[in-house]
Amino acid sequence: MSEEHRPDREFGFHTRSIHAGARPDPTTGARAIPIFQTTSYVFEDPESAAAYFNLQEYGNTYSRIMNPTVAAFEERLSNLEGGIGAVAFASGLAAQSSALFTLLAPGDHVVASAALYGGTVTQLKHLERKLSLDVTFVDPDRPQNWADAVREETKLLFGETIGNPGGNVLDIEVIANIAHDAGAPLLVDNTFATPWLCRPLDWGADIVVHSATKFLGGHGTSIGGAVVDAGEFDWSNGRFPIIAEPSPAYHGLAFHETFGTYGYLMKLRAETLRDLGGAMSPFNAFLFLQGIETLGLRMDRHVGNARTIAEWLSERDDVTQVRYPGLAGSKYGELVAKYLPRGAGAVFCFDLDGGREAGQDFIRGVRLFSHLANVGDAKSLIIHPASTTHRQLTDDELAAAGIGPGTIRLSIGLEDAQDLLWDLEQGFAQIG
Amino acid sequence: MAEIENMEVWQDPETIQTILHNAQTVAIVGLSSNPLRASNFVGFYARRHGYRVIPVNPRETEVFGERSWPSLSEIPEPVDVVDVFRAPDAVPGIVEESIAINAKALWLQFGVIHEEAATEARTAGIDVVMDRCLKIEHARYIGRMHVLGFNTNTLSARREAPA
Repeated sequence: MSEEHRPDREFGFHTRSIHAGARPDPTTGARAIPIFQTTSYVFEDPESAAAYFNLQEYGNTYSRIMNPTVAAFEERLSNLEGGIGAVAFASGLAAQSSALFTLLAPGDHVVASAALYGGTVTQLKHLERKLSLDVTFVDPDRPQNWADAVREETKLLFGETIGNPGGNVLDIEVIANIAHDAGAPLLVDNTFATPWLCRPLDWGADIVVHSATKFLGGHGTSIGGAVVDAGEFDWSNGRFPIIAEPSPAYHGLAFHETFGTYGYLMKLRAETLRDLGGAMSPFNAFLFLQGIETLGLRMDRHVGNARTIAEWLSERDDVTQVRYPGLAGSKYGELVAKYLPRGAGAVFCFDLDGGREAGQDFIRGVRLFSHLANVGDAKSLIIHPASTTHRQLTDDELAAAGIGPGTIRLSIGLEDAQDLLWDLEQGFAQIG
Repeated sequence: MAEIENMEVWQDPETIQTILHNAQTVAIVGLSSNPLRASNFVGFYARRHGYRVIPVNPRETEVFGERSWPSLSEIPEPVDVVDVFRAPDAVPGIVEESIAINAKALWLQFGVIHEEAATEARTAGIDVVMDRCLKIEHARYIGRMHVLGFNTNTLSARREAPA
């Protein structure tokens, strides 16, 4: 046993963005985190192998369940979010479905924000049918809506730090209290904020999910996601036998009793990830780690550019609405001041004075903004939902989704703001 | 679960590391021979990592091939750490015995919370950790908890010896 004692220090966010999870490789001394491109790991001896498979010892068995490069990403993200640990997945949606699969059982009820990302809403409706769940979607802006929707079978409340396209900011502390009064955890998708702008676990959320594909990576090269657990929720409150009671998959092991606060994450990894298999690749984990090293620096610039552009758009006569919660006078102003003091993210929508055609013309006019269906890249991105992602919807259906025929979504990148304004000006010129 | 104002004072990282680095003998009160129980997980793990584990449980005769003692007072050798898997109301009695056998540290596992008894132990010069798992803390500071993506909250650019 080493004699070394490490005096504990609360390191800052940027230090942790670079160092958390990044211990030098003990075998080679490699300073960068190696890409452990291996499916499996040789056991020291039969006793060690048995101990790993029985979950009696922390060790590597098979890369569908754990991998050293992926583990470094998991530890870094959970450290930045203030969680006790994380499990990475092949995508944000895989992370989400696995987070839900681990804690929900048929017959359970979920209260979810109606402003959730469209892919999440689709996933919830799919799971609702396949897993016999019941999901109630509520307008997230009034806490009373959440409280009114809660009922005896409610096992989860689900929101996003910053919603889209409306830019809704979740009153995390209030919604977390409503969840806990109901004996249910609050799960928050923190993709748009990242832990640099907001740490939902600090405000009482129990679980955070991420699409790492977006700002965490920041490079638009890799698909990935993660679930982070605060380790605060009491799964033994009698409402979660799925976690508290003996698991037939591990000869009757009771995850919550045996692993205490780590029970949910252990079950998420040792059962859900093992059985459903949506593992993150080590190469993608490596790229996400590279991205996270500069997370705070990048987010400050994303936010600075977004604010400049949102303000510029809001002063134009040919723009009817700019839905950036960071603008002065936004109805989310107080929530932004409380939860997002460093800025309200860099993804927002604005509405052109004109219909679908104006939206398409605008897209045709720009040349620096990339026309594609993603957000959170170093490159600025643009999309016209009415002619792409929401193309099949009628104008009435669009309105119900909070999208107008002339709505444009921007994801503001790290370029020079003046160049982005120049480019948007070309979009406006194209409408004529 | 009992709520304690200043739980941090019972979960001091320096104290935890000092105990884990210096201890050789751990008496586990309430150690079960059932491999699915948390106490068995911790005992198994501690043995793998070089600690001498002494079972203390009147309902067991032998655990891990070691004789199980009915109480701390009957253990015929020095004990460094008393690790407790019992209901909180058993803690005051365990503290008395721990003082009597000159144990160096008292470790109360998840949910084993008793502030008065813990204070008494500390006043008697015993290092106390409360509402923490010995296995997890060992894995955090010395072992390999990070391989499963847990936040060890440790950070170092030094090269460690291979495990």
